[in-house]
Amino acid sequence: MKKTLIYLTLISSLIACKKEVETPDYNENELTAMTVEFDNIVGGQNLILNNSTYFNTAGESYKIDLLQYFVSNFKLGKADGTYFTVNQDSSYFLIKGSNRNTRFATIKVPEGDYTTLVFTLGIDSLRSAMDISKRTGVLDPSGGMDDGMYWGWNPGYIFLKMEGTSESAPLDPTGQRKFRYHIGGFGGYSAPTINNIKTLTIDLRNRGIAQVRKNRKANIHLFTDIDKVLSGKNTISIAANSSVMFSTFSTSIADNFMEMFTHDHTEN
Amino acid sequence: MLALIVLIFACSKADMNLPFSGFINPAHFPQPVYKFANNPVTKDGFELGRRLFYEPRLSRDNSISCGSCHIQSSAFTQHGHDVSHGIDDRLGRRNSPPIMNLAWMPNYMWDGGIFDLDLQPINPITAHEEMDESVANVISKLQDHPDYPALFKKAYGSETITTATFMKSLSQFMLMCISSNSKYDSVIQKLGNTQFTDEEAAGYKLVQQKCGSCHAEPLFTDNSFRNNGIGTGLNDDPGRYEATLNETDRYKFKVPSLRNLAYTAPYMHDGRYYRLDAVLAHYNSTVQHTPNLDPVLINGGIPMTAQEQQQILAFLNTLNDKNFISDKLLSEQ
Ligand code: HEC
Ligand code: HEC
Repeated sequence: MKKTLIYLTLISSLIACKKEVETPDYNENELTAMTVEFDNIVGGQNLILNNSTYFNTAGESYKIDLLQYFVSNFKLGKADGTYFTVNQDSSYFLIKGSNRNTRFATIKVPEGDYTTLVFTLGIDSLRSAMDISKRTGVLDPSGGMDDGMYWGWNPGYIFLKMEGTSESAPLDPTGQRKFRYHIGGFGGYSAPTINNIKTLTIDLRNRGIAQVRKNRKANIHLFTDIDKVLSGKNTISIAANSSVMFSTFSTSIADNFMEMFTHDHTEN
Repeated sequence: MLALIVLIFACSKADMNLPFSGFINPAHFPQPVYKFANNPVTKDGFELGRRLFYEPRLSRDNSISCGSCHIQSSAFTQHGHDVSHGIDDRLGRRNSPPIMNLAWMPNYMWDGGIFDLDLQPINPITAHEEMDESVANVISKLQDHPDYPALFKKAYGSETITTATFMKSLSQFMLMCISSNSKYDSVIQKLGNTQFTDEEAAGYKLVQQKCGSCHAEPLFTDNSFRNNGIGTGLNDDPGRYEATLNETDRYKFKVPSLRNLAYTAPYMHDGRYYRLDAVLAHYNSTVQHTPNLDPVLINGGIPMTAQEQQQILAFLNTLNDKNFISDKLLSEQ
């Protein structure tokens, strides 16, 4: 039991939390709903599955058939440095490229003016190790989350799943040129392993802070640039790595997640 | 005379209807690692789990149950199969391990990839070469079944079957698959006058000395991952490396228990040895230097004379638990 430490993330997130001033508990009934919108784009274009052709910085063309990712653990910060952490049980969302209705993460926060948005791409290590009764809704590992965002052999969630075709991908036995990126890894349960959980901090001051008031519905509109998965600080070549799942190389892709999200505007 | 008969009758009748005892930790076993607080074993939960374990609806074409690969008379392994044999006769790549003393195991599977028993069944149910189903679909089959909703209600208070109640019920059954009644257990606990023969006693000492650093008493495993020098198999299974991506884990596998070996042949993660004398011959003379070979075995394996090997085999026989493989409580009803 004592050995079942959740490595790396837990430790780092504890340290990270310590530094922040957490706001006291709020009465759920006094919270106001607002949304964070994840608007999927690819480079300068809209994401259109199975149709548009895109180009990565490795100079390869590709099409996307499947795109899904988890966002979780939302936190909103005010100018005075205080943060409100959204009730963890209601802070997990699966964004699906195939269903535009899934692009909104609806969260409940107190009224106020928020200048910073913090969230996680993926599922935190605590939840990844939690009792199965705490894994409901999009986290239900039964396969209810479409196309399986869960690995059964080495339990853990797939944080981002992106599949498609590219002339640069090698021919597979079914005669297709497919690429498959299934990126996960929460740091390990009884032994440390890869950790691809990414925490994103978005400064809202340039493009519009969120003014959350009762009877109004603030929406923080983000663009998620899917091309950054391949074309971020690490250039990922489909020809060289057409299939990446639970492997050390997956960390190069996950590092690119840090550049995927930009704040476009806020509707208040 | 009549009274005596009545008495005997009463006794055996009472035996049949023993009140359900729940999970009892054998006195000579360590504390379990399973978090019973999250899933206390109850009569209804256990009985439901037992039925689910033997339920072929858990597979895509309703042909295969957990019990097809984990057969009680073989100490819940798939006797006679080197690697598992699943749906549409597809073969897996590893040997089915026993469902035995799981409450004391911190990690499951040969590579330890699964850390929570309540999440384990997702793996066989969804694996292409095992049951090839989706958990969501199994739940809907069970929900539509005439019996299951009521059984779930009895066990968990709701007819609505969830992933959590489904998994926890299977865990309850598997946690009760405890093997602790072998001759060895009687000797250790000084039950009755049970004693080792001279040959068994000599074998016991040898196993403690030569095998105990990995196959540690009383469970006969220390639950660690090691490379015991059997060399890479045909499919170059990297073992624990797959779960940790750590080079120092390549070719390491979970140390299996030595209990009930008489029922669980073939042996090792890929079932490559059919007899125990072949396993001993391996430790004695064919240990191979693949990466991460256990330090204990680096200098010439484990030398044993022919007589010592006989004694070890005699002792290993005392670890067979007839009661476990015939316990009606664990059988398909
Ligand atoms: C097709 C055969 C097959 C079926 C069906 C099957 N298993 Fe298994 N089981 C295996 C094999 C093979 C392994 C070892 C796999 C590995 O280590 O990668 C295993 C491992 C396990 C383990 C881990 C034991 C340990 O000591 O680590 C448990 C628990 C288990 N199975 C339970 C179940 C349950 C519950 C079901 C039904 C939902 C089931 N199995 C169905 C073949 C099967
Ligand atoms: C360095 C640790 C180590 C030592 C010492 C050791 N073993 Fe093992 N043993 C293992 C591991 C690890 C496996 C599983 C290997 C695999 O499947 O690849 C294993 C497997 C076995 C198996 C197969 C069990 C099954 O269910 O498949 C038997 C039998 C066995 N050992 C007997 C012995 C005996 C007898 C000794 C002492 C003479 C011994 N071992 C010493 C680590 C060890």
